[in-house]
Amino acid sequence: MQHIEFDTKWTMVVDIDKCTGCGACMVSCQAENNIAPMEQGSNKLKTLTWLLVYELNNGKDFPNREVAYLPRPCMQCGHPACVPVCPVVATTKDEEGGIVSQIYPRCIGCRYCMAACPYHARYFGWLDPVWPGGMDKALSPTTSTRPRGVVEKCNFCHSRLLNARERARNEGMDPNKLPDGWYKPACLEGCPTGAISFGDSKNPEHKVHELIKDPNAFRILESIGMEPQVYYISRRDWVREQSDNHLAEDKH
Amino acid sequence: MDSNLFPEGVTRCGLPKFMLWLTLVSAVLLWGVYAAVQVFMYGIGVTGLDNYFGFGLWITFDLAVIALGAGAFFTGFLKYILKIDQLKNIVNLAVILGFLCYSGAMLILTMDIGQPIRAWFGYWHPNVHSMLTEVIFCITCYCTVLIIEFIPLVLEQKQLNKIPFLHHFAHHLHVNMALFAGIGTFLSTFHQGSLGGMYGVMFGRPYAYREGFFIWPWTFFLFVLSAVGSGPVFTVLVCTLIEKMTGKKLVEYKVKALMGKIAGTMLCVYMFFKIIDTWAWAVGYLPSVGLTFEQMFHGNIYGQWLLWTELGLCGILPAIMLISPAIKNNPSLLYTAAILDCIGISINRYVFTVQTIAIPVMPFDSWQMYAPNWAEWATSLMICAYGVLVLSLCYRYLPVFPQEVKLNKK
Repeated sequence: MQHIEFDTKWTMVVDIDKCTGCGACMVSCQAENNIAPMEQGSNKLKTLTWLLVYELNNGKDFPNREVAYLPRPCMQCGHPACVPVCPVVATTKDEEGGIVSQIYPRCIGCRYCMAACPYHARYFGWLDPVWPGGMDKALSPTTSTRPRGVVEKCNFCHSRLLNARERARNEGMDPNKLPDGWYKPACLEGCPTGAISFGDSKNPEHKVHELIKDPNAFRILESIGMEPQVYYISRRDWVREQSDNHLAEDKH
Repeated sequence: MDSNLFPEGVTRCGLPKFMLWLTLVSAVLLWGVYAAVQVFMYGIGVTGLDNYFGFGLWITFDLAVIALGAGAFFTGFLKYILKIDQLKNIVNLAVILGFLCYSGAMLILTMDIGQPIRAWFGYWHPNVHSMLTEVIFCITCYCTVLIIEFIPLVLEQKQLNKIPFLHHFAHHLHVNMALFAGIGTFLSTFHQGSLGGMYGVMFGRPYAYREGFFIWPWTFFLFVLSAVGSGPVFTVLVCTLIEKMTGKKLVEYKVKALMGKIAGTMLCVYMFFKIIDTWAWAVGYLPSVGLTFEQMFHGNIYGQWLLWTELGLCGILPAIMLISPAIKNNPSLLYTAAILDCIGISINRYVFTVQTIAIPVMPFDSWQMYAPNWAEWATSLMICAYGVLVLSLCYRYLPVFPQEVKLNKK
């Protein structure tokens, strides 16, 4: 299995115990990335939700029932399932920082990457994007819009990374060694509870460098070996247990 | 009225009856064309596919017809490379079916990819690590080979064959057919395998993922074996269907029995490896990622019955039937075994396509249901209608069956 490592590793850490499931991250993501509203928004299986909030529960009935919310962006896997399957190299992981890119003008829309990704992090433009009533005037100028028929996904708001690097260059700093907090995805900024942290997990000056070492930190589907760059933290055992599949005899 | 165009010495139904038949088939075709126009105009959103099921009926249909169309390359291989001369009586039909299955699959793919205009990117920006790249290369190249194999048959049409240039051209293509059969065998083997490899390499999908041999997961070899274990009997079934519809004998029964024996032998080899593969997957791989065999199935449409039907009723049973002389020499039993065989392979392609992605891999996710909608059914039926249409025209005007005159002497 090929594993791709860079000097910088942009990493997201989500504290599930702080997340209230408000969905502000989803809305921020939609606005930042020019995701068009769907005419029939009730069809959740055809919507473009680069970041999706899952509801987890402990499987017990009231009054012992507990609920947790798990925001799921693209995991930017170290060993991505989507990259080797793409027939036209429309998706790659070759830029410093390890963000899995998606080249919309090259994608042929075969959806093999969607079939390969167990996190369901990739989305297909099923229909023509339409911004009703002048909404097109509020589009983010730095983010490309996509035609129907291509696969798209969270890229950790890559345009913001480019902006942060630009700023670093202007201030005479190394654009590949950004200080903590210079590069923030939109979901982080939109989160009212501060559940989302973001930074370079290989840089000791970044907060996430320590956060991923938290004993309660985990990644989803570790056993499959995709090495995601998104970590979660929860102090609740039943939440951590749902991070991966366990056989009955493995249950703790 | 069009009797001058018929092959030498054969009889065909009257033109009005034939036109009525073509009209019925064309009605289905036009319904599909209407759906295809909808897909091209408004996008794949008009289908029943969604974010969970990027692959659905279309890909299942493609995989199934490509497997069943394997009669072309395998029969061609046996006839032209291994020189099994008896197969010359059915090889024309096998080539036509292969052409129809492959060209039909490619027509479906033009709708299935979101950006059909960029289909050539597979050649221009190939990812050498992707099994799908190999499929793109092999499927287009092999379809070209099938066209080259099909052309001499068209040129043998009675009136066309009177033109000296076309006559000689067809003759020279025939002389070199072993070369094309060899190229076709190579291309088709690889891409049948790569279709299996496409699923076998998806390590994020425990239902389909397999380890394997060098860069090839086991599914690569299983798909090749299952295709050659079903393609020949599919050809036999289509031949028999034409015989029943026209009331004529077209191919000697012993040729069909031979095709059944060939498919049966390959099916036995396939079932041997498939059962070992299933066992190793259930007791070895699945526990290694914290999953159990039972978790791979759900409810009725994703139930275990699919696996047992595929392996038992439509796998082991037809394999035994097809290699037993007493059974394969009985027409009804041979056809029954052939039907079961084809159903089994289609189930295999269905579960690898749909079941694979219906299974929730994340523990907090849930099973998803998929039902193709009218647009997918209509376009799939359109391909069937296209096949029936071309096959009808071939049967009426081309010398497809060399034994027809002899077998139907009054």
